[in-house]
Amino acid sequence: MTYLINGQIESICVEYQRDRHRLLDIIRSVQQKFGYISDEAIDEIARCCSIPRVEVDSTISFYGYLSKQPRGRITIRLCNDIIDRLQGMERVAAAFREVLGIDFGRTTADGNFSLEYAPCIGMCDQGPAALVNDVVVTKLTGDGAREMIRDLREHMDPHRLVRTLGDGNNAHELISAMVNNNIRQRGEVIFSEFHPGEALRKALSMSPVEVIKEIKTSRLRGRGGAGFPTGMKWEFTRGAAGPNKYVICNADEGEPGTFKDRVLLTECPEMVFEGMAIAGYAIGAEQGIVYLRGEYAYLNNYLEQVLQKLRKQGMLGARFCSTKHCFNFDIRIQMGAGAYICGEETALISSCEGLRGDPKNRPPFPAQKGYLENPTCVNNVETLCCVVRILEKGAAWFSQLGTTDSPGTKLLSISGDCRRPGVYELPFGVKLSEVLKLAGADNAAAVQVGGASGQMVGSADFHKPISYEGLATGGSIMVFGPHRNVLEIAHYFLEFFIDESCGYCTPCRVGNTLLLERLEQIIEGRGEPADLDYLQQLGQSIKALSRCGLGQTSPNPVLSTLKNFKPVYEQLVKVNPQGFRSSFDINRALEEASRITERRSVIYE
Amino acid sequence: MAKPRVATTSLAGCFGCHMSILDIDDRILKLVELVDFDKSPIDDFKTFTGRCAVGLIEGGCCNEENVHVLQDFRQHCDILISLGDCATMGGIPALRNTIPLRECLEEAYLHGPSVYNPSGRIPNDPEIPLLLNKVYPCHEVVKIDYHLPGCPPSADTIWETLVALLSDKPVQLPYELIKYD
Repeated sequence: MTYLINGQIESICVEYQRDRHRLLDIIRSVQQKFGYISDEAIDEIARCCSIPRVEVDSTISFYGYLSKQPRGRITIRLCNDIIDRLQGMERVAAAFREVLGIDFGRTTADGNFSLEYAPCIGMCDQGPAALVNDVVVTKLTGDGAREMIRDLREHMDPHRLVRTLGDGNNAHELISAMVNNNIRQRGEVIFSEFHPGEALRKALSMSPVEVIKEIKTSRLRGRGGAGFPTGMKWEFTRGAAGPNKYVICNADEGEPGTFKDRVLLTECPEMVFEGMAIAGYAIGAEQGIVYLRGEYAYLNNYLEQVLQKLRKQGMLGARFCSTKHCFNFDIRIQMGAGAYICGEETALISSCEGLRGDPKNRPPFPAQKGYLENPTCVNNVETLCCVVRILEKGAAWFSQLGTTDSPGTKLLSISGDCRRPGVYELPFGVKLSEVLKLAGADNAAAVQVGGASGQMVGSADFHKPISYEGLATGGSIMVFGPHRNVLEIAHYFLEFFIDESCGYCTPCRVGNTLLLERLEQIIEGRGEPADLDYLQQLGQSIKALSRCGLGQTSPNPVLSTLKNFKPVYEQLVKVNPQGFRSSFDINRALEEASRITERRSVIYE
Repeated sequence: MAKPRVATTSLAGCFGCHMSILDIDDRILKLVELVDFDKSPIDDFKTFTGRCAVGLIEGGCCNEENVHVLQDFRQHCDILISLGDCATMGGIPALRNTIPLRECLEEAYLHGPSVYNPSGRIPNDPEIPLLLNKVYPCHEVVKIDYHLPGCPPSADTIWETLVALLSDKPVQLPYELIKYD
């Protein structure tokens, strides 16, 4: 038996040329085949790839979707992000617990079902949602969950849960998902008429330096959130020394409340891949990698088919030639495995290299030393789409859209307490209040702009524009009505960061836990006014001292609610007149000793 | 004018910080010119006799009596200082914080390799204060105004701090006094 399993594992490793840099793919394939990665499987992978066992083990332990324990034949991952919670996730969770007779984190005795929570799976506009193996199930209810389990017990085939197909390419036979695009507003840049190949042909009629110049002239900035000038990034990568250069498309859309890249990959993958080819030509790269988050695995087959089609058409692969220039460029898809941190570009590169998704020290920046130490340019999905349109319609056209510092349009993923959740393409500079009006968020009281790592703003800031210089966002806009508790939302985001922290650096690993502890004391009414200063100071320390973007932004939910919703905090805290800490409960602290000694305190009773 | 009063105590500590106070050597003569000692092991006053300007706390809180004493200090002192690492962070006693209380007691009185306890009982006299579920640093129990790190803080650190506080000047601790490696 072991012999047979080892043979199969060996053939998986051979499929990836026993290359340790494809370890993530190897592990994913093993898990797909056997349901989990056993100790014996780890030994065998280590042997076949000639690497220490601990490297395989540590990589598995890093990713949420990889498991060393046997799981059910069907794993249900219920999305527990804040928006899904507000949409009734608790009722769905209770229904799953009830019909399966197990709690989350467990597998049924018959080995058929495992139940787990997943952070945002990119379906906030159609929640509560869950992944059933790779199949997305949206708009769940308690009854729907019960019915789902009944059906699955009959046929054990998650694909048969999809009865109604979604709009657009979601209905394509290779996707066949019940997911809806919910494109509510089409703008001039992304969702306007597109002629595949035109931009790439135009790029190839120019020199690479001219292409970079065009992008610089357009003043395009990265759409992932940080807003680094794309042209400059390309120039650095082009100028860096190294024989092999790489273009990586960051499709690890993990920021809670963001789902616009999912729509782009569903509706415009040709545009994304063309953007990568243009980037490859400009910086002198022959290889591109799309890092696709594990949650979007249901798009993988379709994307592979599009790549195949583009290769056939001669747009990708060897020797793509125009009248003036020839160049080779091909793309592979790297599947992620459930780790928010991999959206951070250096962690993403680690993950592409088959390692744990740990961030790397910067400098050197990826443009100098990225994937396998080669100069690498990492761009967001939406950025690459903008590149195509800039080449097609010209830098001048692009730069007159939006504002001076934020040219172009922005895709916004809007969810929460609004009537029309979905994807909106709007010019930069649009006021938040106008966005809310479009989305039918009539009584918004608080808006989280930019996802968990962004900021929570109140009505005093609704007049501000969406832009890099105003309210910056990678796309996530979460709307909360007046009946929602902003502190509980901040609490949720903080828990999320604690879960997703890679644990490498102390300010992030320890600091956020301390921040959460104090926030909980305040929410429970055991806080003091001095605690607000403590939150502020600790939050700033975490921001200043953390190693990567996760830690540097993780205190934002607390810091921005402290700034914009101070009265909510102030109502909860009070001075203890005796100078004792209200958070210290002597009775609670003595409970255990009382139980063990079977006597009660003589001092405190 | 009456001299300001200073109180000190050792909670879940090893008295090392108090030894360090004594290490100010002959400066203790200057100190008694500046202050009167109130409740403190130094003069063996068991209870407070009046309001104090400064309270020095060695050790964190591991049992109910520690909490009681600390709260008593908070009520009698204008300024409370956590003296040393145990008061500031729990220190060595806090190593038990990751181990359930019952296991700690069993290891200490029944199963530990050097234990001789023919009765096989864990001491449980009503006189023995109940242990807390874990060891708490002082600032988690009462408001603490200043923390003096060190294991122990050196005599010079303690001296400089007290003199600055009593003469109402900013504390100036040179790098050498707060460097520990």
